[in-house]
Amino acid sequence: MNTRTLGRLWRNGVALLLAAVFLFPVYWMFSTSFKSNSQVLTRDPVFFFTPTFEHYSTATGVELFWTYVTNSVLVTLGAVLLALVVALAASFALARMRFRGRRGMVLAVMMAQMAPWEVLIIVVYLNARDLSMLNSLGTLVLVYFVMALPFTIWTLRGFIAAVPRELEEAALIDGCDRFQAFRRVIFPLLAPGLMATSLFGFIMAWNEYAMVLVLNKAPDAATLPLWLTQFQTNFGNDWGATMAASSLFTVPVLIVFLILQRRVTGGLAAGAVKG
Amino acid sequence: MTVDIEEASPAPSRGTPRGGRAAPGSGGRWRPPGGWVPYLLVAPAVLAMLAVLGYALVRNLVISFQAFGRRQLISRTTEWTGLDNYRTVLENDRFWDSLFRTVAFMAVNVVLIMLIGTLIGLLLNQLGRRMRLLLAISLVAAWAMPVIASTTVFRWLFDTQFGVANWAMRGLGFEGYEQHNWFASGTSTLAIVTALIVWASVPFVALNLYAGLTTISGEIYEAARMDGASGWRVFWSIVAPIMRPFFLITTFLEIIWVFKAFVQIYALNGGGPDRGSETLPVMAYIEGMGQNQYGTGAAISVLTLLILLVAMSFYFRLILRQEKENEAV
Repeated sequence: MNTRTLGRLWRNGVALLLAAVFLFPVYWMFSTSFKSNSQVLTRDPVFFFTPTFEHYSTATGVELFWTYVTNSVLVTLGAVLLALVVALAASFALARMRFRGRRGMVLAVMMAQMAPWEVLIIVVYLNARDLSMLNSLGTLVLVYFVMALPFTIWTLRGFIAAVPRELEEAALIDGCDRFQAFRRVIFPLLAPGLMATSLFGFIMAWNEYAMVLVLNKAPDAATLPLWLTQFQTNFGNDWGATMAASSLFTVPVLIVFLILQRRVTGGLAAGAVKG
Repeated sequence: MTVDIEEASPAPSRGTPRGGRAAPGSGGRWRPPGGWVPYLLVAPAVLAMLAVLGYALVRNLVISFQAFGRRQLISRTTEWTGLDNYRTVLENDRFWDSLFRTVAFMAVNVVLIMLIGTLIGLLLNQLGRRMRLLLAISLVAAWAMPVIASTTVFRWLFDTQFGVANWAMRGLGFEGYEQHNWFASGTSTLAIVTALIVWASVPFVALNLYAGLTTISGEIYEAARMDGASGWRVFWSIVAPIMRPFFLITTFLEIIWVFKAFVQIYALNGGGPDRGSETLPVMAYIEGMGQNQYGTGAAISVLTLLILLVAMSFYFRLILRQEKENEAV
């Protein structure tokens, strides 16, 4: 065997090992969720077994399960749609119009993207409490909307700036006003951009845990992350149900990620390599 | 109606007048002022950010100068105490322990993420099609896991009684992993958090580095090989300089992300045992929500914000330079 094939074998071996390492926690989550309790609670883990769905019925059988689902869907949709509409207007102005304060606003959006919400949990809680806005879906929509907004503006601004100005001008010459030119020329070209940004917003809002933990503790206003953690208590952990809930919670995000993956890496790399 | 001359602009008719009847090209340098339309368009975004984010930042600062505990929370009174909260925090050994812990934790995480991420990114570039797809898919799966789900899964992996980690350690021949409690000390807990964060963050670095590497033309490598350059040399003389902006920006992004990590630490073990795995954001939260010391909690979070601001200012400078270069192209 020559050194070249040896090198390739070695690389493939390492790659296999790495793939196993990165996949293992995901695999273990799914596999635990399909085991019976006696197979979950053993000193030496079981790798081959007949799948059972009992943990899925436990997890989805809790009181208010469908309320959690509805709340998560409503909050995510509300925040994403609101962010899209508001960001579309702002990013159009930032990409295409000149006005005093434009540069400052671009800077502010960029900084808000890195806003350390993790450090502001308490004060957001106090503000919501003072306004009697705790345990309300509207509050959660508002907070997630503002969390998603800077990123959405930033990305859409890039997409709008990439639409050739000549197209818009042609529409203006043909007698469109500026709004019509936007609606008929720019907007259709933005579809992939809108799709990508809204999926990002979806992931952010769907996954958010810290804010809902303090803002909407009441079960009828809570979202799925709080459902997922309720099977671990001081009296013991129902690991099977916890893993079933985690699996159900993860699947939608996994699908979105697989759709997005190419776009994400492509976009970031294009920016990074330039210059 | 007033008209103003626009500063030198690359596009001939930047800001075509509304109505757009002016012939582009010839009249492009002249335009009416933008008027109130752009302000109307950005107003909702600005107002929303000010109301939620801006107000939270200001209120956080304000509360840090107040005595704000359970009594004030219920009676809704305001008691100004100047710098008392800061004095309490800075005289508290726990704060300095936590600060040291946060910095060390952040450094270890960022070094591991960048190192492993770079190695995997380079490996991806050298693999055959099928192996690359396999590795990329498993990286995406790890990346996609929601934080709260992956944190929960890691608790299960490292469970004392039934965790697969103890079984694996026994299988590898280590002693003392019969019901070993991985969460018995703060350091051990943070080691698990590190495994979790590195596992979840490496895919971002590796996949983006790989995507960047594919844009480097193969001829450059070939030329280097012809000149007899080693793999090590190729990395430092070709890949590193071309990918420099990527490495810089990503490193600062990771510094900021790890520094403010909250859910992973809090949901894994609540900052325990005995508050031994508290980093600054977790400490601010526990002082505030857990101990009802909102004033002290706010002071800690203001100090955390100040430290974060240093890292962010480097990051913003890099991004702005990038933006300028992109505009110039």
